[in-house]
Amino acid sequence: MHELSICRALLDQVEILAAEHGAQRVASITLSVGPLSGVEPDLLQATYPLASSGTIADGARLKIMQTPLRVRCEQCGAETAATSNRLVCGACGHWRTVLISGDELLLTDVELTT
Amino acid sequence: MCDTCGCNITPANRQLVYRPANSGNAVTAVSVLTHLLARNNDAAGHNRMHLDKHGVLAVNLMSSPGAGKTSLLEATIDALKDEFRIAVIEGDLETENDARRIRARGVPAIQITTGSACHLDAHMVHEALHELSLDDVDILFIENVGNLVCPASFDLGQHRHVVLLAVTEGDDKPAKYPVMFRVAEAVLITKTDLLPHLDDFSIDDASRHVRELANAAPIMPLSARKHIGLDTWLDWLRSEAAVRRSRPAAGSVPGHASAPIAAE
Repeated sequence: MHELSICRALLDQVEILAAEHGAQRVASITLSVGPLSGVEPDLLQATYPLASSGTIADGARLKIMQTPLRVRCEQCGAETAATSNRLVCGACGHWRTVLISGDELLLTDVELTT
Repeated sequence: MCDTCGCNITPANRQLVYRPANSGNAVTAVSVLTHLLARNNDAAGHNRMHLDKHGVLAVNLMSSPGAGKTSLLEATIDALKDEFRIAVIEGDLETENDARRIRARGVPAIQITTGSACHLDAHMVHEALHELSLDDVDILFIENVGNLVCPASFDLGQHRHVVLLAVTEGDDKPAKYPVMFRVAEAVLITKTDLLPHLDDFSIDDASRHVRELANAAPIMPLSARKHIGLDTWLDWLRSEAAVRRSRPAAGSVPGHASAPIAAE
């Protein structure tokens, strides 16, 4: 259950941004999270109220955008969808692929009330 | 209806359009795009620079509890202690037991007890690095907390991730824990001396599951206790250590956006 550590790291960044912009409240936070990030969106969502309690981001809306898993084949060049434990090429079946989307763990947007 | 004059606002969506009276303040949208663990990753980059400055190879050992990380280290130290100066950072929730086992082999071991934290992070490793004299170290092993989930998300500043899979755990572990096994840069299948007693572990199937994660990492079956297959692992360590010694002070910090690009 490292979602609490992740949530605290997120709040540290948001607090710095809020201070930089002289914000009084944080209205919303948007994240981009992939299935291979190692972070469970539901757990993060459940942990957020606890972690943010008493911070400037208390009560902010947490929006988690889940990114799709996609790979590019090094053999045939096809870009196809994949699943977390089968990252093989969807076209030719080869396992030598490169992940092009799906391991994101990004803070993308913050809405601040000034 | 259009979306300019307000005629599209109905009683049903009114609350989505108008903010409550007490938030008449301006809302500023800020676009960020930073990694959620940016601070950890910065600290990891800092650790890696320290290690590179001293030509130290840092290996992050990860596995479930009881897969044999400490036994592997004992056997590795016994085999290599005349060849390399080895140090170990031990991560556990509680106890100094593992650090004691390592010190008994005659090498320095720094114990990090994480309390309830299920993983090591770069800041903890940074603290531990300050207790070591890196000028006197060739290979640093970081034995992570036994856990196949959380440690995978935290860069510690290591050069290589090594993941252990004991034959008693089942050959489908890589399919069950893809985040961990995808980042492995070497996979050690441990306790192979027990294979004759198990009818449900296939090294081929375990390897196939690793490849299906698009991972080309070497897969090395071995038994630390019975000294089976250790040479492949020791040779892998020798070649990785040689790479580090040949490029000291490069200051390369892979995956760290603000770092200078190292000349390859």
